[in-house]
Amino acid sequence: MTVPAGLKMARKHGASFGDDRLWRWLTFSPALGLMLLLSVLPLVNLLISSFQDISWADGSAVRTFAGLSSYHALAADTLFAAGLANTFIFAFAAVAGQMVLGLGLALLSSKVTRGRVLYRAIFILPILIPGIVIGAIWKLMLNYDFGLVNQGLALLGIMPQDWLGAPETALLSVIMVDIWHWTPFCFLLFLAGLESLPQDVFEAARIDGASAWQEFFHVTLPLIIPTIVVTFAFRLVLAFKVFDEVYLLTSGGPGTATEVVSFTLYQRFFTEDRIGYGSAMSIAVIFIVSLLLVIALSARRQAAAS
Amino acid sequence: MSGLLSARSRAGLIHLLLAAAAVIVIIPVVWTVAAGFRTQISLLMGELLFTPVGSNFAEVLFSKTSDFLLNYRNSLIVGISSTAICIAIATLAAWSLHRMRWPGWIVHVFLAWTLIFHMIPPVALAGAWYTMARAVGLDNTFTGLVLAHATLNLPMAIWLMGVSVRDVPKELEEAAFIDGANMPAVLWHVVLPIIAPGIAATAILAFVFSWNEFAVALTLTMKQTATVPVAIAKFAQDFEIQYTQMAASAALSILPALVLLLIAQRYIVKGLTQGAIK
Repeated sequence: MTVPAGLKMARKHGASFGDDRLWRWLTFSPALGLMLLLSVLPLVNLLISSFQDISWADGSAVRTFAGLSSYHALAADTLFAAGLANTFIFAFAAVAGQMVLGLGLALLSSKVTRGRVLYRAIFILPILIPGIVIGAIWKLMLNYDFGLVNQGLALLGIMPQDWLGAPETALLSVIMVDIWHWTPFCFLLFLAGLESLPQDVFEAARIDGASAWQEFFHVTLPLIIPTIVVTFAFRLVLAFKVFDEVYLLTSGGPGTATEVVSFTLYQRFFTEDRIGYGSAMSIAVIFIVSLLLVIALSARRQAAAS
Repeated sequence: MSGLLSARSRAGLIHLLLAAAAVIVIIPVVWTVAAGFRTQISLLMGELLFTPVGSNFAEVLFSKTSDFLLNYRNSLIVGISSTAICIAIATLAAWSLHRMRWPGWIVHVFLAWTLIFHMIPPVALAGAWYTMARAVGLDNTFTGLVLAHATLNLPMAIWLMGVSVRDVPKELEEAAFIDGANMPAVLWHVVLPIIAPGIAATAILAFVFSWNEFAVALTLTMKQTATVPVAIAKFAQDFEIQYTQMAASAALSILPALVLLLIAQRYIVKGLTQGAIK
C-alpha cells in the first residue's frame, strides 16, 4: 500500500486507532438508534398508556387520563394473580428439571469419546424447532384418543389420561413439554463447561485413587457450580417468556390451570383490546422480570467471586 | 463404582442411557412427521402400521384454501431481511463498542440495557409495537415485523459478535491503520475475514429465531403477511382440528432447521454456547 509519508508520520505520532469520533459514531449509531426506537420508546409509550384509558374511534386512538386506576385494577385481577402464580411454579419446576437432566446427560457425554457429536446433533434438535411446533407436536403426542403417550401407557396396562384437559395434569404436562424443549440447551452449556475444565485435576484425582462418586462430588461439582448457578438464574428469568407452547397446548385452560403471565397479557391487551390496562400489566411484568434479573446478576457476581 | 463394573460395561451403560435420551428427543418429532403421512382415520384409530399417503402435504401446499406456501415465503422474507439487518448493525456496534475509545459508562449502560431487553417477555413489548406500528401505518407490513425481529435478535447478535471481535488481534488493526488504511478498509480487509465464522454462527441463530418467533408475528401480521408459526397456530384453533394437516405443516416448518443442523452443526453449537457463557 502506498501512503503519503506525512500521513504515516501523523498517525504514528498523533491520532491512534479508534480515536476518530466520526467512525465511532457511524458504527455505533445504527444499533443505538434501533434500540432507542424499538425498545426505549415502546417502554415510554407503555408507561404513558398505563395511566390512560384508550379506545378506538375511526381508526385513531382516543386517550383520556385515568390516573392509577389500571394499577388498582391490576391488584384485583384474579386472572393476573393466577398467571403470576402459575408462571413461578412453571419456571421453577421446568428449570429445575432441565438443570438436573441436562447436567446428568452432559456428565455422561463427557465420559464417552465415540458418538459425542452424534448425540449432540440429536440433542440440539428441539432448540431449533419453533415453540409453536413444539406445541403442535405435543398436542398430538398427548391427545387423549390417539396420542403416543396414552398408547404407550396402554401397553403397560395404565388407563389413558386426559393430560391437557384435566386440571390436575395440565400444568404438569406443560412443564414436561418445556423440560423436553430446553433440557438440550442446558446440556449443551454444561457440556461446554465440562469440556473447558482443566484435565490435570481429574488425572490427579484418579492417581490418588478417587472413585467416580468422589471425583464427581469433590472435583467436578465444585468446579462447575458457578456454571450451574448462572445457568439456573438466567434460565429462570427466560422461562418467564413462555407463551407459544401454552397458546397452542392449552390456551391457559382448563379454567386457569395453565394460565401464564404472558398469556394473560395477550388476552387483556389484544383479545379484549384493553390497551391502557394491558400497558399497566406489561409494566408490572417488566418490573418483576427486572427484579429477577437483579437477583440473577448478583448470583453471577457471587459465583464469580467464590 | 469402578470396582463393581468393568470399564467396558460401564461405557456400555453410559451409551445405553444416552441412547435412551436421544430416543426420547427424537420419537415425538419422528412420530409427528409420520402423522403427516397418515390419513385422519388411521391416526384416530391409533394404528401403528399404516400406508403412507401424500394427501396432507398436497392439501397444505397446493389447495386453494391453504396459504401455507405464502406463509413460507413470508417467513423466508422476514427471516432473511431481519437477519441481514441485525447482523450488519450488530457487527458494526460490537466493533465500535469493543475496539474504539468509548467512555466506559456508555459501553456498560448499553450492554446492560441489551441484557434487560433480552429478558423482557416479547408479549409485553408486542402491545407497544402494535400501537406504534398502527400509528405510522406499519401494521400488517413486512417492514414492521422485520424491524421487530431485528431488534429482538440484536442483543444476542451484539454479544456473539463482541466475542468474535475481541478475538481479533489489536496489533493487526493498529498496523493496518498506521499503514494508512481508513476505517472501512480496516473493517473490510482485517476484521471481517477473521470474524467470518462468528458472523456465520450468529446469522444462522438469528435466522432460526426469526423463523421460530410467534408472539410478535401473531400481533403484527394479518392474512397476507402471516408467517409459518402463525399459520400452524391457526390449525389448533379450528373447531375440528385437522391433526394430520397440522402434522404435515409442522414437518414442513422444521425443514430449514434440519438443513442447517446437518450442514452447520459446528456453528450452531458455537453460537448457542458462546452466547450464554460469554
